Amino acid sequence: MNALKIIVKLAWRNLWRNHRRTIVMLSAISIGAWAMIFMTSLVRGMVNEMLRDGIRALPGHVQVHHPDYRDDPSIENLMNTTREELAASLLAAGIERFSARVRVPAVISSERESRGVILLGVDPKREAAIAAIGSRVTEGRPLTDVGDGGVIIGRRLAEKLETEVGKRIVLMSQDPDNEIADRGFRVVGLYEANLEIQEEAFAFAGRMTIQQMLGIGDFVSEVAVVGDDYRVVDPLLASVRLSIDGDDEVLPWTELDEYLGTMMMVMDGFVIIWVVIIFFALSFGLVNTLVMAVFERVREIGLMLALGMRPSSILGQIIVESFFLLAIGLVVGNLLACLSIIVLSEGIDISIVAEGMEMFGSASVLYPEMEMQDVILANVVVLVLGFLASLSPAWRASRYEPVEAITKV
Amino acid sequence: MNITLRLAWRNLWRQPRRTWLTIGAMVFSNAILVFMISLQFGMYELMIDNTLKAFTGHFQVQAPGYKDDTKMRQIVPNAESIATEIREATSLEAVAVRSATFALASSDDRTYGIRVFGVDPANESRVSTIPSLVSDGRFPDNRDAQEIVVGSVLARNLRVGIGDELTILGSGRGGSFAAAVATVAGIFDSGVIDMDRSIAEMPIGFFNDVFYMDDAAHAVVVVTPALALIEDYRATLESVVAGHDGVVLQDWDALQPGLRQAIQADLSGAFFMYGVLVVLVAFSVMNTQLMSVLERTYEFGIVMSLGLTPGRLGRLVILETALMGLAGLLLGALVGGLITTWFTYNGFSFPGMDQMAANFNLPSHFYPQVSLLTLFAGPAFVFIGSIISALYPALRVHWLHPVEAMRLA
Repeated sequence: MNALKIIVKLAWRNLWRNHRRTIVMLSAISIGAWAMIFMTSLVRGMVNEMLRDGIRALPGHVQVHHPDYRDDPSIENLMNTTREELAASLLAAGIERFSARVRVPAVISSERESRGVILLGVDPKREAAIAAIGSRVTEGRPLTDVGDGGVIIGRRLAEKLETEVGKRIVLMSQDPDNEIADRGFRVVGLYEANLEIQEEAFAFAGRMTIQQMLGIGDFVSEVAVVGDDYRVVDPLLASVRLSIDGDDEVLPWTELDEYLGTMMMVMDGFVIIWVVIIFFALSFGLVNTLVMAVFERVREIGLMLALGMRPSSILGQIIVESFFLLAIGLVVGNLLACLSIIVLSEGIDISIVAEGMEMFGSASVLYPEMEMQDVILANVVVLVLGFLASLSPAWRASRYEPVEAITKV
Repeated sequence: MNITLRLAWRNLWRQPRRTWLTIGAMVFSNAILVFMISLQFGMYELMIDNTLKAFTGHFQVQAPGYKDDTKMRQIVPNAESIATEIREATSLEAVAVRSATFALASSDDRTYGIRVFGVDPANESRVSTIPSLVSDGRFPDNRDAQEIVVGSVLARNLRVGIGDELTILGSGRGGSFAAAVATVAGIFDSGVIDMDRSIAEMPIGFFNDVFYMDDAAHAVVVVTPALALIEDYRATLESVVAGHDGVVLQDWDALQPGLRQAIQADLSGAFFMYGVLVVLVAFSVMNTQLMSVLERTYEFGIVMSLGLTPGRLGRLVILETALMGLAGLLLGALVGGLITTWFTYNGFSFPGMDQMAANFNLPSHFYPQVSLLTLFAGPAFVFIGSIISALYPALRVHWLHPVEAMRLA
């Protein structure tokens, strides 16, 4: 116990014998740690926002479809079970946050223009629990119930169609017999979404209204289910699979939107690579500092060995010195990162490249998000690899021949 | 050999381990920079090229506002004669007129809303890759043929093959009802799902007839021999456009603002990372040079008392750094170049890249190319950073007073 105390004391004092060198090295480690955590938080913030947005853009965490629906999202591939039966079995399994939708490609026409949209017949009360896009109605009113005869479209689509709240539009789609099914609707509300493309893509109406327009009884195209955490979908997936019988396909969002699923995986990989690269760039300086520290103390180390200090204590001294360096650097780096993230918590406005970010599927305000697992990863990598890097100089120091070391000039 | 240079060189190798570690830090960062920059710039070029070649072209003559609203009535009158004028004025071959509208396409079984383009069969292949991507059937060659080319996913969803008929429903230019029956002549497969799912092309003569366009079109597309050359053509094109009322010249940047912004967003993230690497190397160099100055205090005291000026000693320190930096630059460029060249032949990819790349019109394997710019741009910054960081140790020499310096040691 006492020996350890001495080692720690010696290491601490040695660290500050050459305070300039120590400060330069500490700055490097702090900047490295700051960059690791800060950059990771920015990327996390961007990707998480993208994921949440993408999931909100209708997939939900788990979806149920007819097996052919994803390849051919047409009216023919409605689910095999009626909505009522589906709802009953989901509720029986204790799953409450779900929404059954009719989802078909359609053409929307105003007096002046026509566009292609995805028409969704929804249950407004159930959609609200999922908080999907279309829920941020900024003008007019939201849909009220499944029989609502109005339609809600995106603000951007309204501009393109040159229509507005209160005006009439016509929606055309295909019924199961491949006849054109059309119906006039009044635009009752306009919604806003984070991505412009989402404001152009979807039109929402009451589920029953659409079912009647298409003549499809009580059948729907998809059921979206939301759980507590989009990162952990497997339990939800399993219980939905259990409660849905028959041939319908149950898939998690990572497979429904492979771009988003891949994105999450790639970003996890990016974080590790980034942290390791930064560490390697740091490690050269770290090893250098330790080598120097040992080199200029050769005679002193020889003396200590000659006086009977065990080589393991010398080894320990150097390693503890390295640990102090890393630990102080990490503390400062972590604090700096926290500070810069707090300063930027209002979000970084990158709207000058908004359309570019939209290509990535990302919104134009970036909110850094510090995740505990990344912070732990960065700190552990620095400490563990730093320990490994300091082994060589420390080992070397402990193996000096006392007489040679003392007489070395 | 100059005496200062020889001194500097010898000084470096008084502590070979320290020098190699410092050079190692440079080589590591430089190699990463060379590889990353080669990869990035190659990708950007490919991304721009693929996106523009697919469809957009380098310039388009359009009605003002068309690029944002794409409304049927925003036409270019006399499009053909403008195209001819452009061909004569610029001697470019790759000039083609194009029209577009939204329409319903119905087969026997299915109806989908799609974007239909009217293209000039004689010239479209010069401005777009779609005609060359026809994998089944052929691209129409007669401008009045009642034929249509559809994307592969669309063909699958509509369940049509070559020779089948599609009914096209839409609105004519004046808002009147427009309908036609077209025979599927070809199916294209671009690999970009969004395009393959939602686009069809028909000969412009037929298109104009169906949609009451008369001699008008929506755009005249111009492709110059290379993206780097577009500025050479801008003035000529502007003067042609100035001769016509109600049309404007748009360049690729205005037509695809997302493209440049995606690159900018990606670049700024990358520059942050590169900057961190450069700073870390700079700290490493500062540490090394500070040590090397401090441990030579006695020696510097002697030479100064012999009449050497501090300025000359400072230059010596800078020269040492420059030699070290040069070694790091050359070795780093060499290692980075070799790594990049390996990928030039074997292709670079990471798990999930195919998913992400498709979003930006990129292939799933990428073959980075080394150029002088990518080889030396990153290392040059590391070099400059190293020299700047050596200023502090070099200037410290000025604070040494010969007698004190010798006494201190």
